[in-house]
Amino acid sequence: MMRVFVSSDAAALAMGADGVVRVLRATAETRKITLEIVRTGSRGMHWLEPLVEVETASGRVGYGPVKASEVPALIDAGMLEGEAHPLCIGVVDQHPWMKRQTRITFVRCGIVDPLSADDYAKLGGFEGLKRAREVGAAATIEAITKSGLRGRGGAGFPAGIKWKTAADAKADRRYVVCNADEGDSGTFADRMIMEGDPLSLIEGMAIAAFAIGASKGYVYARSEYPQANATFAKALDVARAAKLIGTTFDIELRIGAGAYVCGEETALLESLEGKRGQVRAKPPLPAHEGLFGKPTIVNNVLTLCTAPWIMAHGADMYASIGFGRSRGTMPIQLAGNVKHAGLFEAPFGMTLGQIVDEIGGGTMTGRPVRAVQCGGPLGAYFPRALFDTPYDYEAFAARDGLIGHGGIVVFDDTVDMAAQARFAMEFCAIESCGKCTPCRIGSTRGVEVIDRIVAGEKREMNLALLEDLCRTLKLGSLCALGGFTPYPVMSAVRHFPEDFKARSSSAL
Amino acid sequence: MDTDRVKAICAAHAGLEGPLLPILHAVQAAFGCVPKDAIPVIAHELNLSRAEVYGVVSFYHDFREAPAGRCILKICRAEACQAVGGAELAATVLRHFAIDWKETSADGRVTIEPVYCLGLCSVAPAALVDGEPHGRIDPVHLIAMAERKL
Repeated sequence: MMRVFVSSDAAALAMGADGVVRVLRATAETRKITLEIVRTGSRGMHWLEPLVEVETASGRVGYGPVKASEVPALIDAGMLEGEAHPLCIGVVDQHPWMKRQTRITFVRCGIVDPLSADDYAKLGGFEGLKRAREVGAAATIEAITKSGLRGRGGAGFPAGIKWKTAADAKADRRYVVCNADEGDSGTFADRMIMEGDPLSLIEGMAIAAFAIGASKGYVYARSEYPQANATFAKALDVARAAKLIGTTFDIELRIGAGAYVCGEETALLESLEGKRGQVRAKPPLPAHEGLFGKPTIVNNVLTLCTAPWIMAHGADMYASIGFGRSRGTMPIQLAGNVKHAGLFEAPFGMTLGQIVDEIGGGTMTGRPVRAVQCGGPLGAYFPRALFDTPYDYEAFAARDGLIGHGGIVVFDDTVDMAAQARFAMEFCAIESCGKCTPCRIGSTRGVEVIDRIVAGEKREMNLALLEDLCRTLKLGSLCALGGFTPYPVMSAVRHFPEDFKARSSSAL
Repeated sequence: MDTDRVKAICAAHAGLEGPLLPILHAVQAAFGCVPKDAIPVIAHELNLSRAEVYGVVSFYHDFREAPAGRCILKICRAEACQAVGGAELAATVLRHFAIDWKETSADGRVTIEPVYCLGLCSVAPAALVDGEPHGRIDPVHLIAMAERKL
């Protein structure tokens, strides 16, 4: 029997993967070919989606991007036997874009059937939890600490320290909360894991629960990700059947309701409790008093689903990869106007220029790259002049930027940086939870000030005012929404001052 | 509005910790919106004040006070889509249906909602058409898809 693999990742669906599968089935049926079509997650080469992979003696050979209408002709050309074709990319594992990666967090994504416990076990699944149980809770926390794993949600806080804090807090009940509220534009790694290797997230949460002594876990996901939520809900049943959860620890999937700020951990906890997603002041830290006042670890999807690998392969192995204080790998997400858009997992330390120009291949439009926004809507815009910055938490911070959740959005030379700065303020105004005045009101004032600057109205004075406003936002906000909105705004002003000149037409 | 149906939804979620959001999602799934009359019922069932429930409903972008049109277009407005013409795309589609964001066309056919990231940033510009993801879309196809649904 021939086996064919087609992704059901939302990005692949968005490019027509379901249509490809329909035609594959129909064509196979009329031609009496016995075909098993396995729906996987995505390999991350989204510019090749829908990617059709066929099993051959030399490995899985890929064809992409395949249009549904091309399927019969591809089968005629010998696609099911792995024959050469202009759309053939060869053995997928040997593709230069794949070979250059170090896949740890995404080791199974795109390869396995996300809802098959057997597939999961065959590629190293369940080993991490087994190991954790062998060494015990304290040694598990020690291993996570020693691995140097830092929070992949954006803040980069050492995961092991967070776990230890929650484990040491006196309480009758503790929670593991997975922050799957991936709201940053340019990021989709959490979604890809939930759709492509959800069992790794569940295993990671089970390890965390074992380590801190929690009996209940929540995954707080987004209503904007209907496919991911559906897959993850099914994966929870698979995990229960496989006894990964459901005995001493269980997980509930909760869906947010379109509020970006709920990606902030304390707003997320409020939302889980059934309240408005308003940020809490810290202290108390959630690890001391989190969900319903109980010690809670809130970790990003990627942080949690890296834990099984660390437990299975050892903390030293993970710590041996990386750059400076950023240990291990980062699933980098290339998005926007970029030729090779998708997910590329690599050790920290590549330069931004290597990532954008070599891995990303420059822009999709073929025009020069002018700016890249790193780390989502609250991340700085970097000009080409800063493309020598190594991909590392500290190196980015030193240049007033952040790597955040690993998203990089590429813009070509048609981008209007004043419009981007204005949007950053507008987004902050739309999504502000309203708790801190600088964020709630300052963001709207920011939009107005930028409008005045490009209208040429007291330009110098308004530029100074904008800088002052940004300082107020930065210092006077409880969370990163108000606190980091100045990054995109001020980086645009600093690196692209020519876009903030007075214009004859002021409309942005 | 069917009060008993709201009560039944509340009862079905009684075992959850912090059940308000799941209840509101279920109410919206049942009624197409969170009807104003449902708020006192939910408040009573959960022993909350009406203000608390209304505060939550109004905080989250997803909850509607009135049902949406027959087709819901969620068009991404965020940066990755902006980088490949998302703003122009949205403007064209809004102009075609003669509505603004979060509005429903006069004939009740289509509601267009802004979203800030669908996680389809690698195949931008992107939109959800009744929950179905579409990438690398152009206005002509998006409008055609919405009209096919009508």
